[in-house]
Order: sequence, then structure tokens, then C-alpha cells
Amino acid sequence: MYSQGLTGEQSELEETPEFLAAFQARIDREEKIEPNDPMPAAYRKTLIRQIGQHAHSEIVGMLPEGNWITRAPNLRRKAALLAKVQDEGGHGLYLYAAAETLGVSREQMTEELLCGKAKYSSIFNYPTPTWADIGLIGWLVDGAAIMNQVPLCRCSYGPYSRAMIRVCKEESFHQRQGYEIVRTLAEGSAEQKEMAQDALNRWWWPSLMMFGPSDSDSVNSDQSMKWKIKRFTNDELRQKFVDATVVQAEKIGLTIPDPDLKWNEEREHYDFGAIDWEEFWRVVKGGGPMNRDRIAARKKAWDEGAWVREAALAHARKRLEREAAAKEAAE
Amino acid sequence: MTLTLTPLWEVFIRPRNGLNHKHVGSLHAADSELAMQAARDVYTRREEGNSIWVVASSEIVASDPDKAGENFEPAADKVYRHPSFYDIPDDVGHM
Repeated sequence: MYSQGLTGEQSELEETPEFLAAFQARIDREEKIEPNDPMPAAYRKTLIRQIGQHAHSEIVGMLPEGNWITRAPNLRRKAALLAKVQDEGGHGLYLYAAAETLGVSREQMTEELLCGKAKYSSIFNYPTPTWADIGLIGWLVDGAAIMNQVPLCRCSYGPYSRAMIRVCKEESFHQRQGYEIVRTLAEGSAEQKEMAQDALNRWWWPSLMMFGPSDSDSVNSDQSMKWKIKRFTNDELRQKFVDATVVQAEKIGLTIPDPDLKWNEEREHYDFGAIDWEEFWRVVKGGGPMNRDRIAARKKAWDEGAWVREAALAHARKRLEREAAAKEAAE
Repeated sequence: MTLTLTPLWEVFIRPRNGLNHKHVGSLHAADSELAMQAARDVYTRREEGNSIWVVASSEIVASDPDKAGENFEPAADKVYRHPSFYDIPDDVGHM
């Protein structure tokens, strides 16, 4: 996290083979790249896209959970959920700040989200009709996010890596509070257990989709691995997540909705069923159950907050003018 | 000074007395008062410190990374900057 104030003008950089090789050599030596360092345009562009999407996901991710803050079953749950949603807002801010060091403005990123040009994690386009969904989001969605984010702490771009370290420190409470909610339901009445199982049935596959397309279909993966923006492929992370989650479900007596899920002795990993990629692409492209609601809610917040931003700026301008006038009078 | 976009601020936090303020990140705010409030909300939710500085990013003067080589050249050829360069008899003890 640096500032755009510290970011130099993007000078015209000729990407000669020597320059690209020297850049790759820095990456291979595990040197961090900082905002003012010369970097290939494609490296900058990839990071702006990825960090921007990540920031948008944190902000849009506040919506499905915000849906339950006023209806949390008790004060303990309510306080925890409020704190979690506030954290997500903070994570969005750290990430926007990291993206801004690459020369994109906050306003520009917000506009791209609102007009549908920028994407965010497809998982937040699913609804949260029951309290159990809040538990499942913490357990699975934050669990999958942690799998993704821990290796990003070692990302080659300094500001992104530093933002991720902060985020990861805060994230583990999120997953634990979610698992505790699900566990309480799973150990409750028959209806409560059914509610937890139903939510697991709905969230399982979208959670696996969070890791993105299969390695064979992932367009950005190879180059991102080479630049050490990513440290593991989508499929590797997905496998880690499945392996870690199966035992957590077993512990609380819930069944993962995949008949093909079974331990593979030879691979020492769980095998799992085929992901419905058509659903994934449909939701990414705007056809999920909540896409329109999410963007409408963000747009409403942005539009209705406009007068606050304008008033704060008008006040700041007036103060600066008064200070300047007083200084002049004193001279 | 024209103010059209909400300005950027750098946030520094002192974890506890006896330590330096350390850069922790940045945020946008219209003025110093709002920047201070936002810094408190965004960067000190978990006992990260007991003191905050906010500085307008535009006020920071940074060294040029292209000149890092000449600015921060190792002092390997200036061995006289290190105590071991000087010859002191062993029997004078620790100096």
C-alpha cells in the first residue's frame, strides 16, 4: 500500500527483450516489485484487473451478509457479523489502495464496477435466504478465499502482497465464526440440521467455482504463475480446499452434495465430481440469481452517497480557502 | 489548491510507546479530520496502536527509484566507516 502520490508518471517504456528478461530475472530472484519500478505493461494490466476484481469482491461481498445483520438470532452473533462485514469493507479499501498504486483511480474502478465492465467473485451472486447461509458463507466462502489469499501474501507485487498479509490476519476469525454457526445448527433440532444441510447443498458447488476455470481453460494462469502473481494454479487450490473441507463437514455430521466424492489412496487426495462450468460462466456473465440486485445496491449506495462526498469536499475547500486568506492577512 | 477528487492520505501508526510510527497504508478522505477518523476505523480495529499520523500523500517527497543505484550504493569501498578498520592494541580491552 503506497499512494498514487508516490507513483511516478508512467513513462514511455520500450519493452525490449533485454528489459523483459531483466524483469523476469528480478521476479525469479524473489525481488518484490514496487509501484515506481519499471514493469511490463501487461504485468501492470494484469494486476490492475486482478486487484480491482478482488477489491470489488470484498465490497459486493458485504451485501449477502448485510442482509442478515438485523435478523441475527442473538446479540453475540449480531456483534460478530457486524464486525465481519466491517472487516470486508476494510479489505476492499486496502485492495483499492493497492490497485491505485498502479495508476488507476478509485473513481475509475468504481465506475467500471457499476457499469458492469469490471467483474467480482461470482459467489456473491447467490442469495442468502436463511440464517444458515451466513454460516456457510463464513465456513466455505471465506475458507476458499483464505486458500486463495494465503499464497497471494507472497505475490511479487509489493503493495498487493502487503494488503494480503493484513487481510489474511483478519480473515481467520471469519471462517471460524461461520463454522461455529453451521455447527450449532447441525447439532440443533432436526429442522435446524436440515437448514444447515440445505445451505451446504446450495453453497458447495459455487464455492468450488470460486477458484476459477480449470487450469486447461484458464487464460491468465500461465503468465501469472511465471510472474509470481499466483503461486498455485486454480485446480491445485481447489483440490486443497476440498481436502481440507471434507473432514470439517464430517465432524458436524453434514453430507457434501457430491456422490463422486471419495478418497483416492493413490493420489492421497479426494476425487470429486465434475463442476458445472456452464453455470459458472452464466453467473460470471450476469445471469446469476442476484447479479442485478448486487449492482443495483452498489449503484444506489454510490448515488445516494454523492451529496456526502460533495459536501465533505466543499467543506474542505472552504477551510483551505479560509486558511489561505488568514495567512495572507497575517503577512 | 483545487479539490475535485477526494484526496489520498498516508496512514502511520505507532504500535506502542517506545516504537516509531510505521506506514500501514492509505485511504481517501476530504480533509485531515475525516482522514483521521477513517484511519482509526480502517487501520486500528484490533489494537494495532495507540497513535496515528495521517499525511496528505501529495505532501510526500520520494526519492527517484531510477537513482536508487547511485543513491544507495553500498559503502563497501569505504571500509574506514567500520570500527574494524582501526588498529587498536588488544590489551586496551573493549572499545
